Amino acid sequence: MFDLNGKTALVTGASGGIGGAIARALHRQGATVTLSGTRAEALDQLKVSLGERAHVVAARMDDAADIDRLAKEAEAAMGKLDILVNNAGITRDNISMRMKDEEWEKVLQVNLTGTFRLTRAVMRGMMKRRFGRVVSITSIVGVTGNPGQANYAAAKAGLIGMSKSLAQELASRGITVNCVAPGFIATPMTDGLTDDQKKGILARVPADRLGTPDEIAAGVVYLASEEAAYVTGQTLHINGGMAMI
Amino acid sequence: MSDIAERVKKIVVEHLGVEAAQVKEDAKFIDDLGADSLDTVELVMAFEEEFAIEIPDDAAEKIQTVGDAIGFITSNAKS
Repeated sequence: MFDLNGKTALVTGASGGIGGAIARALHRQGATVTLSGTRAEALDQLKVSLGERAHVVAARMDDAADIDRLAKEAEAAMGKLDILVNNAGITRDNISMRMKDEEWEKVLQVNLTGTFRLTRAVMRGMMKRRFGRVVSITSIVGVTGNPGQANYAAAKAGLIGMSKSLAQELASRGITVNCVAPGFIATPMTDGLTDDQKKGILARVPADRLGTPDEIAAGVVYLASEEAAYVTGQTLHINGGMAMI
Repeated sequence: MSDIAERVKKIVVEHLGVEAAQVKEDAKFIDDLGADSLDTVELVMAFEEEFAIEIPDDAAEKIQTVGDAIGFITSNAKS
């Protein structure tokens, strides 16, 4: 099951903890992958560790021209694009009273607008071939909210609404559009938390541990597979029971 | 000219699965030929490919009938 041999995938934010795990998992299932992100060195390292069937196209998600270039170069490198994983995202946390316009706009621009632009840019090829899988990595906080993350939560909630709309537009063309919503996942980002912070978080997680990037990647592999053809417009929550919705 | 018309009609027949007799020049893609909005996008993509031209979005919006398509392509096609 979930064989991705012959399929091609573009993963944004592939230099991060979750993005890297997603790229490795898709590759392990047989897909050819293009790794994108802003840290070229980390992307190159990942490409080397994957070996064959891996390409790198560095790009900035806050630059419309760069996003169009990314879509073109990824398709050119792999010959076509079957699977798009919108994983790139940034945070600029601040309580709303103190949040600056730039912090709000930057997060919306990268996490939501950039994702829309890239998805729009790859749709044409997917429509022509009558096959496509778009999986966007949203977040539990896009559904529950989180103090200090009004910008991030708004962008992540936006991804869910965007995906549901695209899902309805594209379903008749064999293209599914879904989201995966991680809870608290152990990554370099969460390594920076203090023990007290971690304890506070775990008090809200019935599974009593952080999730792993591989557990997120497994959800992406499923949604990217042929087997998930009848699943569209959905958000798969992977959060150890932290929120049941 | 007639060559372009024939090729346009052939694409419309193939893409929308309609009878050639229905594809008259005044036939509207959506109202008369049963196309949905995505079909119209795909038709434009197919015309672009067949005639090696680019149809900008604002021009594409004005192409509502088979005749509109033939007219636009006739005045913009290189071959």
